[in-house]
Amino acid sequence: MPLGHYLVLSGLLFAIGTAGVFLRRNLIALLLSVELMLNAVNLAFVAFGRQWGAVDGQIITFFVMTVAAAEAAVGLAIVIALFRHRESLNPEAFTSLKW
Amino acid sequence: MASDALLFYLFATITVAGALMVVTQKNPVYSVLSIIAAFFGLAGLYVLLEAPFVAVAQIIIYAGAIMVLFLFVVMLLNAPREDAAEWDRSHPLYRPMAMRIGGALAVLLALELGWALSRTTGLAAGIGEDRPAVSSVEELGRVLFTDYMFAFEVTSILIIAAMVGAVVLARRREE
Repeated sequence: MPLGHYLVLSGLLFAIGTAGVFLRRNLIALLLSVELMLNAVNLAFVAFGRQWGAVDGQIITFFVMTVAAAEAAVGLAIVIALFRHRESLNPEAFTSLKW
Repeated sequence: MASDALLFYLFATITVAGALMVVTQKNPVYSVLSIIAAFFGLAGLYVLLEAPFVAVAQIIIYAGAIMVLFLFVVMLLNAPREDAAEWDRSHPLYRPMAMRIGGALAVLLALELGWALSRTTGLAAGIGEDRPAVSSVEELGRVLFTDYMFAFEVTSILIIAAMVGAVVLARRREE
């Protein structure tokens, strides 16, 4: 398979993730969309690593996974703390700091 | 070669369909389940790219650990539906406009990425045809613990910070 196919798929996934961040009104769905974007980048890394016969693409993928795990843990903790305050997952409910 | 293309399109379809379901489902539980389907498609693509260890890590870490964490929180909070409805009624005009602009930005991003890819040369040849794939776990581990040693250690600090942060944030305030 040509490298271009993988890159198109990766770009498509990233755009879908971006659309999710913009369109969804649920904090957990927003976090899931961010995970989608991270995975799109992972796919591009592995595809480029395969293209150049290098191992680095796969290594970076592990680091991205680790960062994603940390992000999910902290993000979900924040979601739980916010839900305790407002009984809602809608980002529009958390505008106390908005000017 | 032909079966490769067939498998690529199969896994790509699974991945894109899963990703679209994540964005379009109203119920977060369905969103999490569809993203797990997308991750399985991605794992298949990693196998096609001759990166089996990444594929296994994708299943075990992403679909197995991170998504279970998400599912756990979704069920813990017991807020299955997107509660945009009452907000929409009070502000009938504002929300759709914001959503339109956001959707337009996402489409713009896709168009820009497509344009950049269409201007790039050398993408039509088969992937890595002239270079052997590096897929042995031994080589992965060697590079990870030599060239990327510093990044590896920094990652462990990151995980400790995330763990402490999550515990502090989610703890109930006693007073």
